[in-house]
Amino acid sequence: MRRKIPLTIAFVFGIVMIIQFFIPHPVSRDFYQTMLDWRIIVIAFTYILAVSSLIRIHINKVRRKKTGWGFSYVTLISLTVTAVVGVIGGCFQPTQITTWLIEHFNWQIEQRTVLMVIFTYIQIPMGATMFSLLAFFIASAAFRAFKARNLTAIILLLTAFVVMLGRVPIGELITKRLPEVLQLQNIVEWILNYPNMAAQRGILMGVGLGMMATALKIILGIERGYLGGGD
Amino acid sequence: MGFWEKVMRLDRRWVFFLIALAVLIPFLKPLRLPISVTKPVKDIFDEVEKVPPEGPPLLIGTDYAPSTAPELDPMLYALLRHCFATKRRVMLVALYPQGAGMAQAGLDNVLPEFPEVKSGMDYVFLGYQPGIGSVILQMGEEIRRVFPTDAYGVSLDSLPMMEYIHNYDDIAFMMDLSGSSVPMLWVMYAGARYEQRIGVGTTAVSAAQYYPFLNTGQFKGMLGGLKGAAEYEKLIKKKGYTEARKVATIGMDAQSIAHLVILFLIIIGNIAFFASKSHRKKTKLTSG
Amino acid sequence: MTDRLIFDRINRWIIWERIFVRNRAFKAIFLIFLFLFPYLIFAQEGMEEAEQNTLAPPDTIAEILSPTEIKASDTPNDAGENITVQWKSPEDEVGVIVGYEIFRSEEKETGFEITGFVGKATEEFKNRTQDGVEYYYKVRTKTKDAKFSPFSEVSLVAVSRPQFFHTGRINVLVAVLVFVSLLMFFVSTAKKGKSLFIRRIAGLDALDEAVGRATEMGKPILYVPGLSSMSDVATIASINILGPVAKKVAEYESTILVPNRDPIVMTVARQVVKESFLEAGKPDAFNEDMVFFLTDSQFGYAAAVDGIMVREKPATNLFLGMFWAESLILAETGNMTGAIQIAGTDAVAQLPFFVTACDYTIIGEELYAASAYLSRTPVLVGSLKAQDMGKAVLIIIMIAMFLLAIVNAVFFIATDTGNAFLSRIISFFQGLFKV
Repeated sequence: MRRKIPLTIAFVFGIVMIIQFFIPHPVSRDFYQTMLDWRIIVIAFTYILAVSSLIRIHINKVRRKKTGWGFSYVTLISLTVTAVVGVIGGCFQPTQITTWLIEHFNWQIEQRTVLMVIFTYIQIPMGATMFSLLAFFIASAAFRAFKARNLTAIILLLTAFVVMLGRVPIGELITKRLPEVLQLQNIVEWILNYPNMAAQRGILMGVGLGMMATALKIILGIERGYLGGGD
Repeated sequence: MGFWEKVMRLDRRWVFFLIALAVLIPFLKPLRLPISVTKPVKDIFDEVEKVPPEGPPLLIGTDYAPSTAPELDPMLYALLRHCFATKRRVMLVALYPQGAGMAQAGLDNVLPEFPEVKSGMDYVFLGYQPGIGSVILQMGEEIRRVFPTDAYGVSLDSLPMMEYIHNYDDIAFMMDLSGSSVPMLWVMYAGARYEQRIGVGTTAVSAAQYYPFLNTGQFKGMLGGLKGAAEYEKLIKKKGYTEARKVATIGMDAQSIAHLVILFLIIIGNIAFFASKSHRKKTKLTSG
Repeated sequence: MTDRLIFDRINRWIIWERIFVRNRAFKAIFLIFLFLFPYLIFAQEGMEEAEQNTLAPPDTIAEILSPTEIKASDTPNDAGENITVQWKSPEDEVGVIVGYEIFRSEEKETGFEITGFVGKATEEFKNRTQDGVEYYYKVRTKTKDAKFSPFSEVSLVAVSRPQFFHTGRINVLVAVLVFVSLLMFFVSTAKKGKSLFIRRIAGLDALDEAVGRATEMGKPILYVPGLSSMSDVATIASINILGPVAKKVAEYESTILVPNRDPIVMTVARQVVKESFLEAGKPDAFNEDMVFFLTDSQFGYAAAVDGIMVREKPATNLFLGMFWAESLILAETGNMTGAIQIAGTDAVAQLPFFVTACDYTIIGEELYAASAYLSRTPVLVGSLKAQDMGKAVLIIIMIAMFLLAIVNAVFFIATDTGNAFLSRIISFFQGLFKV
């Protein structure tokens, strides 16, 4: 029963939505819009699930004093402060409380709300910093792994050279005096528009067919991995 | 251990140090390298130019998190400046929760340059709704159904700009800024189902995968990475739409030097590889 | 005769196997020529600067031309309440037109009110209407300095109504029916016991070896099921692989660590691992802390997994699922710890990073094939063959269109549009794939 109900729901709604795709009539359209509304609501609830799961796990970690439990305190405090600030102080539009606090304490903030201050001065720099690690990792991966071991590696290396140089102004400067056909930025555009595009298109088609097959398998109940183990 | 063997086993931290220098020094000593404009970027510029002033708006999707802000923020700022300077209306929507923050930060950054631009009249910030695909599809039917109010809590029906805007039929052009696969969802849902004209602004890493869509015309143009943003900044500066600081263009100097350093490291790595390989062969022969 | 024998025979007849496989120099020259030749023929030209428009704008309204050939009709294939208005734009050499205003009335001569405004690049407007009501439309041009042309002629009457079937999607319906038929055919063929050939996927074959290595070293196996949610096909594929891997871990009495970014994926993964331990006859060996939630922040998750790799030093890292920019951070850190790494994703942009930093990479749909490949269940293998047949049909159509287009362009180069018959066939195929 535990597995039959979700399988039945998946089958019924899968078939119905496929049929709906081909019927533009207002009844079909209204049903479709209702389904979209339901989906948005369900996804909103998964956020509640995510937050409650996060809180439960970190409280557990603090209680059992597991490795790194101090950071769990940081997580819980940050979560609470951000949520309270956002709800009480407003997200993009300051609430009356925020307006009163700004006037009363003569706060000079550039952003509209305290939540945006937290977002602009903490969240954005932290997120950008983590992403910037990639620059270092790419350099070390390139140094370590880009060796001309065989023919395909040589082709990869040469292409990487041309594209890396051609995608920055310094590459254009180097080949400025050459005929247009031999200028790096044009060679790079050709590589991106022809060999790269052909390969991407091939993978996209395969992935598209795979997605279609997996979706059909889920609707027909052949694929049951999403229910979690067993048959 | 020979010299080249030592180079092969070079501590990663030296590589990180070289990259850090390569990025820092051009910021302190700018090179001001010239930037030429490529076709995908020019196509985006032309599409935005086709949007009628004070008419159907440009819809900008800020579907990115702070991690990709260094590449995508300059695109957002350039697009907003282009539209506000030429009285083109803008609608902003976010399909990621953090994207809403990025959109607001972008507005906070650009609006002081255009004091006459007002929310509800010249731009509408719809905010964020969960669901990504569902939101895109629902906007194709009726925007008010998924966004009854804007991000500031004002009913869309009371906003003068939204009077004739209900779905994609009333939107002139859609520009999605994202570092993930959300642009493909825009193409699949808004582009294929509702025939919305779409352009994409994405990170350099993701740009290569959108060339098939560019080739078929599903994307009308593309801003790829920091270079795409720099090219767009050049175009709007050339037209005299803005005198603001060209953030992406400044960053291109650092990117150029960093690329050169990485190429240098690859060359050194390969020389070390072949040199140590032949050294090992010689050692084998002499000992054998 | 199985598929394998058929392919072997074809291979023996293929000339290039004799020349290219055995002669690497020839292969190298051929590959370089293959890349250079099309470039030299079709190399793109550089960007040209846009010409400045030097013509002066017109002074009088009379010079601004009205749109012509105005047509209004029910928008096809919709739920009704919509009429499409189309017109032909006037010439605009000076670039003074900014857009078109559309007016509507329920009477032919009077009562026209503005109902919309579109930009100059558009020659179509979709208008919201009431079903069953008759409407008339006219259009005028608007210039940059808010001057207007005379109105166009009034359109014929138009009435909107809903349709019951979307005729523009017949091709999609046919494709779905064909694909479902193929799926049913191959699934029933597989159920009858017929052996269906699947080629070797190195990354999936290496899973056994990878788990064995970790057991020998007494180190755990790190399994990262991607960063996406359960609605992503790549995540479903990853969970399908997790089952057999967890079973192998249970049989070898090793340890598996499964950090998650999504709480729902964590719930499903925990259930899968628990079931796998049960199947292997080692239910007591299962510990709930093996499958845990970290954070839903993308780079926070990457940093946390890096920390696990550096502290726990797993012998095997499996990155299977959907990844974004954090892929290189994960793979490179894993490489630094000396673990054997198998990665698999359908995120095309991340594949180069995994190929560089990992020992084995499972590309795109190979990941979707994993459940069939590992379990060899007839039903799943049959569905995989159906997928392959679908791809074969697409490839055949693509090659046919490619050859037709070449013939049309090369042999009928004197005419602008090529041979009419061939052009019609090409348009037909293009229409097949239009949604």
